Amino acid sequence: MTRRTRVTAWLAAALVALGLSAAVAYMLTRNQPGGIADIGGPIDLASMNGGRFTDADIGGKPYAIFFGFTRCPNVCPTTLSDLTLDLDQLGPLADKIQVVFVSVDPDRDTPATMKEYLSAFDPRIMGVTGTPDEIAAIAKDYRVFYRKVPTDSGDYTMDHTASVYLMNAKGHFVGTLAFEENRDTQLAKLKKLAENG
Amino acid sequence: MSFTIASTGASALRFARRFRSIEERIGLTAFAAALLLFSAQSAFAHEFKIGSIEIEHPWTRATPPGAAVGGGYVEITNDGDTADRLVSATADIAGRVEIHEMKVEDGVMKMAPLPDGVPIPAKETVKLAPGGYHIMFMQLKGPLKKGDKIPGTLTFEKAGTVKVEFAVEAIGAKAPEEAGHDDTMPGMDMSK
Repeated sequence: MTRRTRVTAWLAAALVALGLSAAVAYMLTRNQPGGIADIGGPIDLASMNGGRFTDADIGGKPYAIFFGFTRCPNVCPTTLSDLTLDLDQLGPLADKIQVVFVSVDPDRDTPATMKEYLSAFDPRIMGVTGTPDEIAAIAKDYRVFYRKVPTDSGDYTMDHTASVYLMNAKGHFVGTLAFEENRDTQLAKLKKLAENG
Repeated sequence: MSFTIASTGASALRFARRFRSIEERIGLTAFAAALLLFSAQSAFAHEFKIGSIEIEHPWTRATPPGAAVGGGYVEITNDGDTADRLVSATADIAGRVEIHEMKVEDGVMKMAPLPDGVPIPAKETVKLAPGGYHIMFMQLKGPLKKGDKIPGTLTFEKAGTVKVEFAVEAIGAKAPEEAGHDDTMPGMDMSK
């Protein structure tokens, strides 16, 4: 290899590296204006207690919102059980936040199904469902993914976002509880949410 | 627990001395031994075996009222030299049982039915646990209650079908309590 070709090779490598880092920087920043700050939106769905459940019912409190379904063998009962223990441990602070469980299986989860299912958990957890269009709209607002997965029996189960979204009193996204995150971390996040409003 | 077993055995033996005839003594000793065995078994995670397949502590979680599904978990060890496969399962309380796999990818929970079941390679242990391979109890006939034992079967391609019992743990249990994992959490009491 001559000196000239060596220099050219190094220059080419430098250019590629520069291009790559520019691309990475672009990927990292392009979501900023329309990214996480955009997660969230108005809530107007069918309450498990009958009637509608809307932002007015949250009454300006911060809230934790979680999307799942009642025929969910692992993520939903575990998350709801964790949240029940969290609310218990938060004590009086728990009344400063609202926990909302939204069904992503509106074809099978009626308000009555939600109420019965949630009776095993903290009574402050509000279950809501809606028409397939209403659920599609709120899932879009909260950047939640869900889809039906056919099973062997011709039945179906659901894939869905497993994180709990934390929203402040203004309805702005402030963080998540990851699925099966350490309980102390969950508790600290919920405490902060309740205290900061 | 060992204290309880020892004291049960000791008092049973003291009791046995009051009986004169050798027949009576043998009978009572056998009874005491059976009692001992019984209490010793309930003190540990339960195990089942068929051929070279060992099945350790099948368990499930209590279900919220009205829940139509539940997940079944178990540790399966293949001591043999040939690979086997868990192909199907049944449970008395479920209208239908399937084998599924769950994954959380980028915060999304994804379910996949496994129509061919779960491979159990030779000389290996495969865990069916929350967040991975699991047995899916569908069309539940009633809620699963903590403390219950659910009769069912596991069928292996080569080893055949074995009767098992699924121990029902708390709703939010991350691991079976009896197996003594450190990450066990109390979860919730269904009676509350």
